[in-house]
Amino acid sequence: MNGTPKTLFEKIWDAHVVSQNEGAPAILYIDLQLVHEVTSPQAFTELRNRGIKVRRPDRTVATVDHSIPTYARSLPIQDALAAKQLDIMYANARDFDIRIYDRMSDKQGIVHVIGPELGLTQPGMTIVCGDSHTSTHGAFGTLAFGIGTSEAAMVLATQTLLQRKPKTMNVRVDGTLANGVTAKDIILALIAKIGVDGGTGHAVEYSGSAIRAQTMEGRMTICNMSIEGGARAGMIAPDETTFNYVAGREFAPKGAEWDAAVARWKQLPTDDDAHYDAVVELDANALEPMITYGNNPGMGIPITARVPDPDALGDVHQKAALQKALQYMDLQPGKSLLGHPVNVVFIGSCTNSRIGDLRLAANVMKGKRVAENVRVMVVPGSQQVKRQAEQEGLDKIFREAGAEWREAGCSMCIAMNGDQLAPGEYSVSTSNRNFEGRQGKGGRTFLASPLTAAATAVTGVVTDPRSVLS
Amino acid sequence: MKLVLAHQCEIIYEISNTNEMEPIKSFKGKTIHLPNTDVDTDQIIPARYLKVTDKKGLGDVVFYDWRYDAAGNPNPEFLLNKPHAAGATILVAGHNFGCGSSREHAPWALQGFGFQAIVSTQFADIFRNNSLKNGLLPIVVDKATHEQLLDLAVEDPDLQLEVDLETQTLTLPDGRRVEFPIDSFSKECLLNGVDELGYLMRQRDVIEEYERANGK
Repeated sequence: MNGTPKTLFEKIWDAHVVSQNEGAPAILYIDLQLVHEVTSPQAFTELRNRGIKVRRPDRTVATVDHSIPTYARSLPIQDALAAKQLDIMYANARDFDIRIYDRMSDKQGIVHVIGPELGLTQPGMTIVCGDSHTSTHGAFGTLAFGIGTSEAAMVLATQTLLQRKPKTMNVRVDGTLANGVTAKDIILALIAKIGVDGGTGHAVEYSGSAIRAQTMEGRMTICNMSIEGGARAGMIAPDETTFNYVAGREFAPKGAEWDAAVARWKQLPTDDDAHYDAVVELDANALEPMITYGNNPGMGIPITARVPDPDALGDVHQKAALQKALQYMDLQPGKSLLGHPVNVVFIGSCTNSRIGDLRLAANVMKGKRVAENVRVMVVPGSQQVKRQAEQEGLDKIFREAGAEWREAGCSMCIAMNGDQLAPGEYSVSTSNRNFEGRQGKGGRTFLASPLTAAATAVTGVVTDPRSVLS
Repeated sequence: MKLVLAHQCEIIYEISNTNEMEPIKSFKGKTIHLPNTDVDTDQIIPARYLKVTDKKGLGDVVFYDWRYDAAGNPNPEFLLNKPHAAGATILVAGHNFGCGSSREHAPWALQGFGFQAIVSTQFADIFRNNSLKNGLLPIVVDKATHEQLLDLAVEDPDLQLEVDLETQTLTLPDGRRVEFPIDSFSKECLLNGVDELGYLMRQRDVIEEYERANGK
């Protein structure tokens, strides 16, 4: 190895700097831009106004996920605004010659589910999307981050972005997860520890034995929520687990190209003695299933713990935030969430809607009925995930339990498409955000893992999944 | 360094005929405060308003769910509905403002209401980037100054602050000046109202060379 030891982030960053003037941000090359209907219309308008083409349609892939209904595809879209947004997405894809997986495509899905699934996401790449959960793709050892619409236009036009180099943070998670504890619990525990601003300005690299032991799906769940800790990106060094996942997928390299790619990818992991600007450690052995009680993803506790007391907080603003959250959530400090009734269980989103997530949930719900008066929505992350689940009979397990088995989309994670909570309702949700109104105005969200969600679906109250696992 | 930046901006300026961003030099404006920490972009503009396909009218829905009740009636307790909020151009906001979603609709909505600058102890990364791209100035101050500004805003509903980007200063009513940091590139771009997209378009040769050299 020549020169200074480098981190995974630094290797990818350095390989993508097109030019760098002192004092100015780097011009960073973007290998792949993913596009969806909600954050792209104004970017395409900008290109049209200036008479600019998309520079690399071959490095641009679109789908529709945020505003589409998750009811049967054969039914027309009832929301005129959503329908218009889709039509504009299709027109932009057509006019700018961009590949699109539209609502009727059998490969449509949540943008962060289909990228990896199609083999578009590959180690060492830079990937952007007008969506903060783009950090998901970092699970493959890519540098992937969310951008705004102005930046999306820049990438469409030039395949580059002006970017300042973030600092690096290493999150080490060593140990072995106990039964009933999942990747979701790792990331919720981390955010509870560092806070929703703990990673601001940093690209986070997750490492340690508990990360290595995760499937690609678990790794995606962890990287997905990096943004909820404020981080610019989250990433995990590629290894055999990564290569095995990517191998054979539609857009993955084949034959000799595959061998060459793997040889390159094996150079990506952080060098020994490379420096990180910050290091955080988490003990996997000590983790329990996590659940959030408040209105940001940092307001999380082990499921057996009690809701914290605002009076115990020193900082006046933190105290006010917790008071406001408990008022919004109508929760009492010092009480456990276990046994708290819920109205809705949502299993889905770019965080937890992959086949592994659905298998976990189905395993808990198999042969059981969902609790009375609880609406349980299972929304697969993509049409491919949906078909896979149906081949395995998971849909049958969900339906027989009384859950809804729906079409792929973002659904109640962002509640743009009619899938939403009524004011005052509670959900246990496998999604990523418990912000006020996120799942519908006045709705109250407890974030948790698919296991906890499924256990809660069956009992109708917040339930420790370990109590229902054999 | 200064020269390089000035040169870059000059280039951008020359070609930015379609530039929508007005140059920012200095302005004085009514200042109101929203001290909540970790205000996320779902609060700034709820997701159901993201079905728009342009940038118009978003000022009407900024902070919608805090501003209006379930029936759509204004909540008189919320800052933006108070009489003194009319005409405000500067918002003193809590720590970690703009966290969560990457939606650029957040700065568009804040600008639509009339804000030109947000003052906080920290901004979420994507929100800050999006704001700078639109000429909404994110001003970072230290905790002590932030507390003073919040106190001033409580005491004086008609608080006026003066922002001078060239000297990177906030001037308080008593004449006290507080410096704020901003990276030199962003500053030059804002001062000249430059257009980053135009700048990147001018880099075509360098980008092509990079693609050739790296087999992209």
